[in-house]
Amino acid sequence: MSAPHDGTTVALAEHKSQTESRLERVSRSMTNALIPVVGAFIIGGLLLAVLGRNPFAFYGNVIDHGLIGSLGRQETLIRMAPLLLIAAGLMIAFPAGIWNLGTDGQYVMGGVIVAALGPELAPHVSGFVLFTILFIAGFVVAAIWSLIPAILKAWYGINEIISTLMLTFIGLRFSAFLVKEYFYDRETTVPQTRVLAVADRLPRMFSSRVHIGLIVGLVAVIAVHFVMRNTAFGLRLRIVGMNPKAAIHAGMNMKVLTLAIFTLSAGFAGLAAAVNISGVDGVVRAEWNPAVGLLVVPLVFLARFHAASVIVFIAAFAVFKVGGESASRKADIPNFMVLFMVGLLLIFMALGEYMQLRSSRKHQS
Amino acid sequence: MVLASEITPTVELIGITKAYPGVVANSDIHLTLLPGEVHSLLGENGAGKSTLIGILSGMVQPDAGEIRINGKTVRIHSPRDALERGIGTVYQHSLLVPTLTVLDNLLLGVDQGWKLGREMAMARLHELATLLDVEIDPSSIVGDLALGQRQQVEIVRALWRGEGVLILDEPTSMLTPQGAEKLVQVVRRLVSKGLAVVFITHKLSEALDLGDRVTVLRRGKIVGEVTPDELHNKSRLQVTDEVLKMIFGEKSDASQGTSATQLSDTAGETFRVDHVSVKGDGPHPVLDEVSFALKRGEILGIAGIDGNGQKELAEVLAGQRRVDNGEIILEDLSIQHLSIAARQAKGLRYVTDDRHGEGMVGPLSIALNVVLKRVGEAPFWRWSFVRHGAIREFARKLINDHDVRTPHEEVAISTLSGGNMQKVILARELALAPQVVVYNKPTYGLDARTTAIVLARIADQARAGVTTVFISTELSEIVAICHRVAVMYRGQLSEPISVRPGIELQLGALMTGSTAV
Amino acid sequence: MNGLFSELFISSLVSGGVIAGIPLIYAGLGEAISERAGVLNVGLEGMMLGGAYGGFVGALHFQSTWFGLMCGGLTGMVISLLMVVLCVRLNSNQIVVGIAITLGAEGVTALLHGAIYGDSYPRVPTAHPYAIPLLSEIPIIGPGFFNHHVSAYFAVACVFFVSWVLKSTGIGLSIKAAGDQPHALEAAGGGVHRTRTIAVLSTGLLAGLGGAFIVLVGAGLFVPFVTNGKGFIAIVLAMLVRGRVKWIIVASVLFGMSLSLTTALQLAGVDVPIDLVLMLPFVLIIVVLFAFGRRSYLPAALALPYDREQR
Ligand SMILES: Nc1ncnc2c1ncn2[C@@H]1O[C@H](COP(=O)(O)OP(=O)(O)OP(=O)(O)O)[C@@H](O)[C@H]1O
Ligand SMILES: [Mg+2]
Repeated sequence: MSAPHDGTTVALAEHKSQTESRLERVSRSMTNALIPVVGAFIIGGLLLAVLGRNPFAFYGNVIDHGLIGSLGRQETLIRMAPLLLIAAGLMIAFPAGIWNLGTDGQYVMGGVIVAALGPELAPHVSGFVLFTILFIAGFVVAAIWSLIPAILKAWYGINEIISTLMLTFIGLRFSAFLVKEYFYDRETTVPQTRVLAVADRLPRMFSSRVHIGLIVGLVAVIAVHFVMRNTAFGLRLRIVGMNPKAAIHAGMNMKVLTLAIFTLSAGFAGLAAAVNISGVDGVVRAEWNPAVGLLVVPLVFLARFHAASVIVFIAAFAVFKVGGESASRKADIPNFMVLFMVGLLLIFMALGEYMQLRSSRKHQS
Repeated sequence: MVLASEITPTVELIGITKAYPGVVANSDIHLTLLPGEVHSLLGENGAGKSTLIGILSGMVQPDAGEIRINGKTVRIHSPRDALERGIGTVYQHSLLVPTLTVLDNLLLGVDQGWKLGREMAMARLHELATLLDVEIDPSSIVGDLALGQRQQVEIVRALWRGEGVLILDEPTSMLTPQGAEKLVQVVRRLVSKGLAVVFITHKLSEALDLGDRVTVLRRGKIVGEVTPDELHNKSRLQVTDEVLKMIFGEKSDASQGTSATQLSDTAGETFRVDHVSVKGDGPHPVLDEVSFALKRGEILGIAGIDGNGQKELAEVLAGQRRVDNGEIILEDLSIQHLSIAARQAKGLRYVTDDRHGEGMVGPLSIALNVVLKRVGEAPFWRWSFVRHGAIREFARKLINDHDVRTPHEEVAISTLSGGNMQKVILARELALAPQVVVYNKPTYGLDARTTAIVLARIADQARAGVTTVFISTELSEIVAICHRVAVMYRGQLSEPISVRPGIELQLGALMTGSTAV
Repeated sequence: MNGLFSELFISSLVSGGVIAGIPLIYAGLGEAISERAGVLNVGLEGMMLGGAYGGFVGALHFQSTWFGLMCGGLTGMVISLLMVVLCVRLNSNQIVVGIAITLGAEGVTALLHGAIYGDSYPRVPTAHPYAIPLLSEIPIIGPGFFNHHVSAYFAVACVFFVSWVLKSTGIGLSIKAAGDQPHALEAAGGGVHRTRTIAVLSTGLLAGLGGAFIVLVGAGLFVPFVTNGKGFIAIVLAMLVRGRVKWIIVASVLFGMSLSLTTALQLAGVDVPIDLVLMLPFVLIIVVLFAFGRRSYLPAALALPYDREQR
């Protein structure tokens, strides 16, 4: 199985068709982006109508509570931070042909250690040093956790889809075990770690609740984008993804590269957990199952590993999630509505991508 | 002979046009195939031959034009349509399923109800294999076969399915002279029964021997034709000369002579292979105590029927395959435990014959493929950051030097014609100044002029002190540039002998394993 | 513990393992088919869930397990139609569509169930087991293995049938070619899109049956997310057996048993942290993979869209 590359020509510079003005291009891609949203909203609206709810009020609330309202907007930005970091990791793994579907497990493992470590360290070190240690800890723990599939893949050729999926199940259980056996806070009744005091959490920005994790996420996505497209290391990874036999023939060290891909990709997932825990959660419960990784996977693909698109998609997703949750609450329907709408949106986005490809092909000839 | 106008042509291609971004692969092509006639299609690399026959075989959809079969206009939407009309094709690049057996590959896509008729197919395969005088084990997995053997399977399949028209796109590129000879005989016999054949090749002699009619393409257009009458009446030399002019234009210099130069006696030994063995999966070792030693600047030819261990030998030398026993010595240094990269750093290069599988990265641009083996190196990268300008400039230079036919250096290499891909791969290696180069069938798919140029470049490099292992199934090439030659047969390498005129017979005997010379 | 009790224990362990394993056989078999044809179906979980809900509604409506199973299979197939259109015909990314299908199905089944059955939580008619004569009388393991609803035996029959199709029929050959070298299939006169369409629809059907089995034979009622990740397990099992389809049976039942063993251990109150016990089945898969799954082979064109003129 080779890399999930996007099937288009990968060239140093893109040759854009001359016949089309910039304005036309922008408007075309705007329409192509809007059609899926409208399509998904119509079908979602039908379901809402069937359930006896007013779709317009629902969507109004989604926008209002996810984007326009200040509280909702802050929540959206806060949610974006870990998603961006997970996406950064996937932007390394997927172009390199490594199907890391285990970000959830990596996230949880990193998170548990950070949650255990934070309150222990907080009295001794503070501020910048604390966060640096926690970030490194999250990154490193997740990276170490990913050594299992990495070694299985690099030395024994064992398929990483299986191993990473299984390690997610294992990681969820193992972290619960760790919390219950070693890290639990004796003063609470539910098994959970000690809480990182609010004063010791990540600094906020613009006198809002939004912490600097957002910046970390944005920087990571942009940096990964740049590294993958402009450095020798990035090109090596992409070659491994597109044709591993050619990579071997060209003398690349597949074992080292495979280890690098796994550890970096997982490391970002661990970092995501570190950011979220030291920024908002402050604690990990034993039955914690954040299940965020699987959502990021399609977004990264749809964005074709491009930083700007990744950021836009994740922002849109976060708006939708935050707004949708509170709109559901208002409309008194279960949160599942959001899940359904996300599925719909993804399907329509896939459709939109096809239409975009077709219209740009037509344009070329 | 009947006059052409009296018989219905089997196939008429009328005004066929096909454009790709940046190139017009076929421009208003008219081509007529008559029953009982072999139509040779010639043209330099990238002329548009494969595209044209792709249109006939349903793999490519034309932008404009009409196809008539037995006088009736038809639309060929897919290979299935073509096969149903009795058009069988041997494609330039293997189109077999590597994980299936030979027999199952032959059965693939054949409609015959639910259950596969394996017995019937077995009998048919046996029949065709006997006809072609080849040995094909029906139960072997195609992926395990050498490229030459795969080509034989493809030929069998095309013969099987092509009752009316047989399209052969460079069918002999991987065959031995004997294999090619056999193919010619079989095609002749089928043609006498009324089959129409399109025959694409870069070997002019083959085209003229087998073809009843010759059409030449250049840059997507038909630039000339030789009718059966002309073929009959003119002398071979005259026809050859005319056809060469059509193929390459007026500045034809295809027949530039190349020959090995005298090795200086003082040249020291640089490269030695000592009793190298590789076990492999089967009962017989794939390499069995292979030994040879080369002086600086020497070219050793390795002849043999494809699949006798040549590929394994090349891979062992390059470091892509583990040695079970024996030693490889470069400049007094044992290198058999070194990695591929470490060997490259010591100046050992390998030019693979598997351009699609490992030689290139299809979706990447030509420019990046040109630096595939130098990722991270100056001047193309500085502090690990890519320098687009430097890479592009270098790629443009190589494209220019090697006359690669492409709109520009930024197109995906997978869109090039087969020969042009090979040019890029060769250009990449020839741009370096290595110690030792291992070439595996370097001229595969190249047109005559490019072949001559490449051979000359290899000989030039050798003169400059590059030691060369030259694996080929083309004895003429080996004789042209090698100092010594050895033959691979069932994993064993014969004692290298000096190349002298008339050595072909002796080599031919060694290639089939007969020891009596 | 006395003999009788341990016999009962083993019997219920086996029986539970089979009940948990059958949905995995259905879905894993489905996934194996589409993987061989080059389509990585990450939407399996969604198709199972759809089948579970469809089967539930059908069984309630017709008051029949068999009609329920049929409805479940059909629902799975309808959902897989989405994958056919998007991934096979329009060449959309298989992972994106697969995950979308899973999320969408999770959402919509939970919503509909909540809205329609949220207050009553009805149960489906009981699926009566059929004890195979003689075999079910084998001591200790007999009742566990050979006393189930007929649809459980049907799953095993499906596996043998598919295995025969892959080995001995033209469509089987085409499926394998579509996954390994689609261009070769096309060149030989086969249809890549047609083959993949057939494969994906069969996957939907089988996944739907698997989901319906969970509800109709296993649980007896529908709850949101009732498939509980079984679709992903089935993907893993399909990859684990790598084309040797018959092994799906063994892998699924073993996995099912290890699941029911964890339940048993929990109930028995052994002195091991429960989380570690629950980890075991998944660790087992990795161990199996390590022991038997070296050089894992996957179809070369897996998850890649097919475009004839792309070369
Ligand atoms: N799928 C494609 N996309 C873009 N360009 C293509 C594609 N297929 C062919 N071409 C271009 O069309 C031209 C003709 O290619 P074709 O393969 O027909 O040449 P050819 O005569 O068979 O050459 P060769 O002897 O090297 O095989 C080439 O310039 C090639 O780059
Ligand atoms: Mg060609």
